[in-house]
Amino acid sequence: MSALTALLRNDLVLYFSNRRALIMSIAAPIAIAAFFGALFDSSSSKKPVRVPIAVVDEDHSDIAQRIVTGMKADAALEVQELPAAQAALLVRGGKLRAVLTLPAGFGEQAALALFRPRDKPVLAIEYDPSQAMALAVVRGLAMQYVMQAVGESLISGKLGEKFVGDARSGIERSANLNESTRRELLTLFDSVDRLQKQGSAANGAGSPTVAPRFDMPFTTREQEVTSGADRPYNSYAHAFAGMGVQFILFMGIDLGIGVLLARRLGLWKRLRAAPLSRATLLASRIVSGSVIALVLLAIIYAAAIAFFGVRIDGSVVGMVGIAIAFALLTSTFGLLIAALGKTPEATRGLAIFATLLLVMLGGAWVPSFVFPEWLQKLSLFVPTRWAVDGLDAMTWRGLGADAAIAPIGVLLGFSALFAALAVWRFDWNE
Amino acid sequence: MLLDARDLHKSYDSRPAVAGVSLSAAPGEIVGLLGPNGAGKTTTVAMLCGLLTPDRGEVLIGGNAIEGDDSRVKCRIGLVPQDIALYEDRPALSNLRLFGALYGIGGALLDERCRDALALVGLSERARDKPQSFSGGMKRRLNIACALIHDPDLLLLDEPTVGVDPQSRNAIFDNLEALKRRGKALVYTTHYMEEAERLCDRIVIVDHGKVVAGGTLEQLYATLPAAQALQIDVDGAVDLQRLGREPGVGSARQDEGKLFIGVDDLARAGPLLSWLATEGHRVRSITSGRATLENVFLALTGRQMRD
Repeated sequence: MSALTALLRNDLVLYFSNRRALIMSIAAPIAIAAFFGALFDSSSSKKPVRVPIAVVDEDHSDIAQRIVTGMKADAALEVQELPAAQAALLVRGGKLRAVLTLPAGFGEQAALALFRPRDKPVLAIEYDPSQAMALAVVRGLAMQYVMQAVGESLISGKLGEKFVGDARSGIERSANLNESTRRELLTLFDSVDRLQKQGSAANGAGSPTVAPRFDMPFTTREQEVTSGADRPYNSYAHAFAGMGVQFILFMGIDLGIGVLLARRLGLWKRLRAAPLSRATLLASRIVSGSVIALVLLAIIYAAAIAFFGVRIDGSVVGMVGIAIAFALLTSTFGLLIAALGKTPEATRGLAIFATLLLVMLGGAWVPSFVFPEWLQKLSLFVPTRWAVDGLDAMTWRGLGADAAIAPIGVLLGFSALFAALAVWRFDWNE
Repeated sequence: MLLDARDLHKSYDSRPAVAGVSLSAAPGEIVGLLGPNGAGKTTTVAMLCGLLTPDRGEVLIGGNAIEGDDSRVKCRIGLVPQDIALYEDRPALSNLRLFGALYGIGGALLDERCRDALALVGLSERARDKPQSFSGGMKRRLNIACALIHDPDLLLLDEPTVGVDPQSRNAIFDNLEALKRRGKALVYTTHYMEEAERLCDRIVIVDHGKVVAGGTLEQLYATLPAAQALQIDVDGAVDLQRLGREPGVGSARQDEGKLFIGVDDLARAGPLLSWLATEGHRVRSITSGRATLENVFLALTGRQMRD
């Protein structure tokens, strides 16, 4: 057995016989990825989460009632009608995400504001700042139901009749309109008037005829863009990529700390006393670290495939390439830690902090799109971002081998940089 | 000479750790490198086995210098580090096999070497046990066995008995004497003078990175002004200057009531006891013996070894 093989075998046996390290490196990422995957699972079988809000109706108009009824019927909302003080208290206590207040006169002012924009009424939304993402949902749905209710009331309600009557009088009295325009406008309002009367008659007779109403001028069709039409998004795929990357980097830290401990215990001295080149010693570390990282990644993904429905829908070759490049990154990262670290204790804490930072910026915990723009740009200089994105691309995104080239290139580049820094800074003196 | 180290110098950040140490060892010889902690012993050993490159001077093993990390000259050296340098999670036999493989040994030869090394240090029965279950003495012995697996001609032992009980220490000494009988050259660093006195054929005393004396025990004792020592328990503070002027007294000091006097002959004990009585000191007890390396170190440096 050559010296390199002996060192490699020793490292592998040492690592895989350490039950605690194995549990940390395999069971922990699987468990946490399962948790995150379940948390972000948006498959159709899951009941959608409804946003709990309150509505304070101080208007009590027909329009306000229509708004409240519409919002109560919406599947995205869980609406309660409450007094203002009680609603504010529940928002402050975190029980509700927001409270909408329809002030007195809101309905009439909103209808008139369609044609007289200078007198817009205010729809107050008080919200829980820790749940700010819910604000966009509440605002969008409120806008939809307000427009719908105001439009309907203009066509079919008493408010509409009053509005049309007022408008007709104004047109007839206006001295600024020429005769032709006056006639066209009066014809328009006659048509609106007839529609209102038909609606009122239908409502009064209990006729099945549907009164004219306003509605959204479009519907939407949403489709997940995944590896294929028959492949729904699997949130576990991203969770396993993120957690796999995180815990394998932790293993890289252990490799680096292992060198520092070997120094402290005199083992490194004994290795250095043997007729071995520095390249052999470092190569054994890099190869053993890479092999361990590859085996761990394979086991983690095997569990993801077997138990969580994750599939490699993209290029298998690309996946293997990314895995190898990431494994090299892990081992050179470990070597860099060994080169820069002083004591195992101090280095471990610092290395874990650095790794968590890398992983966080890499989008393993929270998708990187929620970061500010500058941070998103910055994260492109973080190798873990490329590892996570690359693994995502080869699994649920189902991209081809060409999509793996950039991640592999970046990961190999960082590996070379880490290795060069490690060799440069490594203290060979005993 | 198997080992010939000449004028070794090594500094760390311009602070000299070793300044002009020369050392040699022949086959079948145990050479002691004796000095207090921080004297430069470990740095010297690191240069002898190629872990450190001297700033100045040279190390020859069988006439060859160690050139490069992968120099085959290293195969002639076995290093026993001061720390217990073992993979404690791997069986004793696996440790031996790993370190053997690093020297290019394999197959039946490696099996044979493992058996021999374990037998020498008395651990044959524990070959498949992990060192983490061993006593401190057993770990130390396995530490030595790992340095022997490639059958080196020169064994460098850096304080190999630190933290070992007397029984295990004697077992280690027996192992080292057996190696000496096999014709190995041993360099044994220690700050325990009694170890050096018992084991070493020649002793090199170092202090502050420099050799302060060297030779056989007899040669070192010959450098003392007094070859014999008296230890007398007396009442009161003795006038050491006047005592030093008494015939045959080479050195005198008093420490916590005990009087240590170096004399050229134990026959001086009677007249000295009389002198103490006339000076008004009551003698409670007296012991005598040959001077030790402690006396030599004290005479050479003005300090005690464990200062």
